[in-house]
Amino acid sequence: MDISLLLTEIMVALLGLLVLVLGLALPARGKTVVNRLALLGMIAILIYAISTFSQEEAFFNGVYQIDMFGSYFKLLFLSAGILVMLMAGKYISRFEEKSSEFYGLMILATLGMMLMCSAGEFITLYVGLELMTISFYILTAYLQNDQLSAEAGLKYLILGALSSAILLFGISLVYAMTGTTMFTEIASAFTMQPALLAGVVVIIAGFAFKISVVPFHMWTPDIYQGAPIPITTYLSVGSKAAGFAALVRVFMVAINGADTSFDWSMLLAILAALTIIIGNLIALSQKDVKRLLAYSSIAQAGYILVGVVAANSFGLKGVLFYAMIYVFANTGAFAVATAVEVDTGKTGIEAFAGLSKRSPMLAAIMTICMLSLAGIPPMAGFAGKFYLFAGAIQNGYLWLAVIGLIMSMVSVYYYLGVSKAMYIGENENESPVLTTGGSTVALWICVLATILLGVYPGPLSELAGYAIQILM
Amino acid sequence: MSGFPVLTTTLLVPLLGAIIIMCLPADKHKSIKYTAAVATFISMILSLVVFLGYDKALGGMQFIETIPWIKDLGVNYALGVDGISIPMLLLTNLIGFSSIYASWKIEERAKEFFTLLLILISGVMGTFITTDLFIFFLFYEVVVIPIYLLVIMFGSTKRVSKEYAGMKLTIYLLIGSAFLLAGLIALFIKAKAISGIPSMDMAFLGTLDYSSGFQILVFAFMAFGFGTLLSMFPFHAWSPDGYAGAPTAVSMIHAGVLKKIGGYGLIRIALTILPLGAKFIAPVIAVLAIGNVVYAAYICLSQKDLKYIVGYSSVSHMGYVLIGIAALNIISINGAVIMMFAHGVMAALFFAMIGNLYEKSHTRNIEDFGGLAHQMPKLATGFMIAGLASLGLPGTVNFIGEFTIFVGAFSTFKVIAIIAITGIILTALYILRTLGTMLFGPRKEEWDHLQDLKGPELVPLVVLGLAIILGGCLPFTLMDLITNGVEPLVAQMALIQIGGLF
Repeated sequence: MDISLLLTEIMVALLGLLVLVLGLALPARGKTVVNRLALLGMIAILIYAISTFSQEEAFFNGVYQIDMFGSYFKLLFLSAGILVMLMAGKYISRFEEKSSEFYGLMILATLGMMLMCSAGEFITLYVGLELMTISFYILTAYLQNDQLSAEAGLKYLILGALSSAILLFGISLVYAMTGTTMFTEIASAFTMQPALLAGVVVIIAGFAFKISVVPFHMWTPDIYQGAPIPITTYLSVGSKAAGFAALVRVFMVAINGADTSFDWSMLLAILAALTIIIGNLIALSQKDVKRLLAYSSIAQAGYILVGVVAANSFGLKGVLFYAMIYVFANTGAFAVATAVEVDTGKTGIEAFAGLSKRSPMLAAIMTICMLSLAGIPPMAGFAGKFYLFAGAIQNGYLWLAVIGLIMSMVSVYYYLGVSKAMYIGENENESPVLTTGGSTVALWICVLATILLGVYPGPLSELAGYAIQILM
Repeated sequence: MSGFPVLTTTLLVPLLGAIIIMCLPADKHKSIKYTAAVATFISMILSLVVFLGYDKALGGMQFIETIPWIKDLGVNYALGVDGISIPMLLLTNLIGFSSIYASWKIEERAKEFFTLLLILISGVMGTFITTDLFIFFLFYEVVVIPIYLLVIMFGSTKRVSKEYAGMKLTIYLLIGSAFLLAGLIALFIKAKAISGIPSMDMAFLGTLDYSSGFQILVFAFMAFGFGTLLSMFPFHAWSPDGYAGAPTAVSMIHAGVLKKIGGYGLIRIALTILPLGAKFIAPVIAVLAIGNVVYAAYICLSQKDLKYIVGYSSVSHMGYVLIGIAALNIISINGAVIMMFAHGVMAALFFAMIGNLYEKSHTRNIEDFGGLAHQMPKLATGFMIAGLASLGLPGTVNFIGEFTIFVGAFSTFKVIAIIAITGIILTALYILRTLGTMLFGPRKEEWDHLQDLKGPELVPLVVLGLAIILGGCLPFTLMDLITNGVEPLVAQMALIQIGGLF
């Protein structure tokens, strides 16, 4: 057992603690130093994580797995964290004297996600999940003087705790019936006892809550709308991807790997179809861009779930590929929304009116990112959906693919609604929307990644291909 | 020319132009327009080079370029042209070049306009010259969004608002494409299961033997997708509203070439890869095509807005193309291809003239006009060439197309062919009435201030008018090329049908 293989996680933990301490110890709460330290530290860790991508090792008899599947998601979380820190830009000033802790909590949430994607058994998974979720409880309520934010924080706390309890209940049932919490051992001890099946169903419900799958999605819109935008972004790209990483590992190793006659994929297929349909249909009538993106993110979770349903090489590759490009597309869209909210103080569609005249680049980036979410080529979303639905059709779910494809075309309607406001809406204010250097960099990274990965998806899909080998 | 990537250059020059325009300051209207004109001009010349340089004796795909793109999906960036794609490529660039000049008057937000227009032209071109299904679909959807933005930003609101028209067009095409994509993915997965290798190469997919049930299902998906794009009855409703709302250049490109992607896709992808499905569903398409030809022509009779007349008439003419495709023999498919080319140049010329007239008079109502030939003789010439081509007058390339289709179709669908021929009479009726009311008769004083075409406005008339007449007088230039492309397809189809049935 080589502890140095855990260096990525150790460094993230140290960085998070260091940032927290410096925020308290330095004069003026380290406003100028801490954000740079956090950002540079994350970038350094990302580079280290890239260099150690192909390491493989099982710790403590498989309790913690270092493998390419985990490495892939670690890259994803670190990139998402860095982008969110960059794009937060001027928004940080709203946190007043608490801005240093913001970075500390972000880093700790990242650590939680990393634990989740590498956990080889349920207790470790749960610890990672709680580390992430508790950091998010605080961050969601970060704007203390803002009613919506406080309400969102409280809601997230209550509902999050409820879902964690559900998950734990499921885990305890499974433990009671199989006598183990290790994924691999559960697979071999799997029987068709009703209590065990109930346990698995409850676990799936717990995950469904975290990745906001219908009918466990009710919390999403309010919390996404109320939370500070950078947090909403990180919730939607990071927390969701972590949920999927854990779900895929549990599903592939412990449940699907088991020799049972129960058709779990049909259960997930129905959830996916419902999520895609309901998420998109409700999004059609939204007037607030944050809320619209919240419903769209529900629909996006549905698409990714299609890949889990497929559970074959195309489908899983699709899950990993889509989760990654979703980071760029969604962060790009939220970054524009952040810039607009900082400038106008509002996030309704009318705040975006005339954006193409004020800041043509922002309008173009918003359009490109949203079209990627809709899956229009040559944006990356198309390649991702191609993998997901190819997997579904290969596994015999043609109906699911047709529903998914039609609904993603329907989603174009509300995405273009925002574009319409930006391109033909009128706004008395003609001055450009200002963005800080950091958020400009984040915007460019997002838009370039979205286009380049769409035009030339080969390298990323190969990477995803390596990452899923362990599950096949 | 060996080694020089002609097709890639043709494809990328407009995109490069778009990037240059994005970098130019927004108030440099002249440089923006010249950049767009030069970019499309280079593409037009290169596609002429391809047209003349294609070796008919050799046949098959030529000017091939292949770069591996996505390994696990078997996608290659593969370009190549044959007798079917060259006319389409040429058509795209003729219309693309003309459309820049038809929009010469655009002053407000010229930068956005020409950027989007050039992206649109590149996208359309890409669908015709690729031999890879994935890349085909990529380009196919690329074009939809620029069109939406162009319509809402530069369109006109008359009977329906431009926002409504743009969204209707976009959603119709996207829903169609969703079915198409589902069909394509199913085909890809099936082919992988049969052959063991992932491939998106159209020619390779065509060599595999699919079960007839699968072929029928996937062909139905594709026929729905491509049919929507080709405005097949009853999925045609986007077309007249869309054209009416769109700015001139978009109407030209949309009616001229974009619709043709539907026909081209049906021939190149659906027929070739799924011959059994084609045989099963072709009669349905033929019957729906009657709806196109006759129903749309009747609607035309009662229209007053010029753009709606051309819009519905293009729906009606697409019926001929569909009948040609559905008859499934060499002559009829030849006719369908030539008809697509012919209708493309004709519709583009029509829309260019309408756009010009609307810009000056701010009305498109036929009854407002009269005796325009007095004030605007050149514009009237343009209208006459387009109009006479539309009703299939011998000497125009449209005559060749219609004639060939009916000759070919008569051997397969006798009754349908006869009903469809009545479409020609109806077309003559509404076109001649429209042109007569607008252009001839006593001079109307109120239009004395209208300026005739001059300078850049003449370009669409000359380029497209020339194409109509040259194609009509020298049909063999196109015909030989197209036969060259269609023959192997039909031969392959015949082969597989025998293999499949016994």
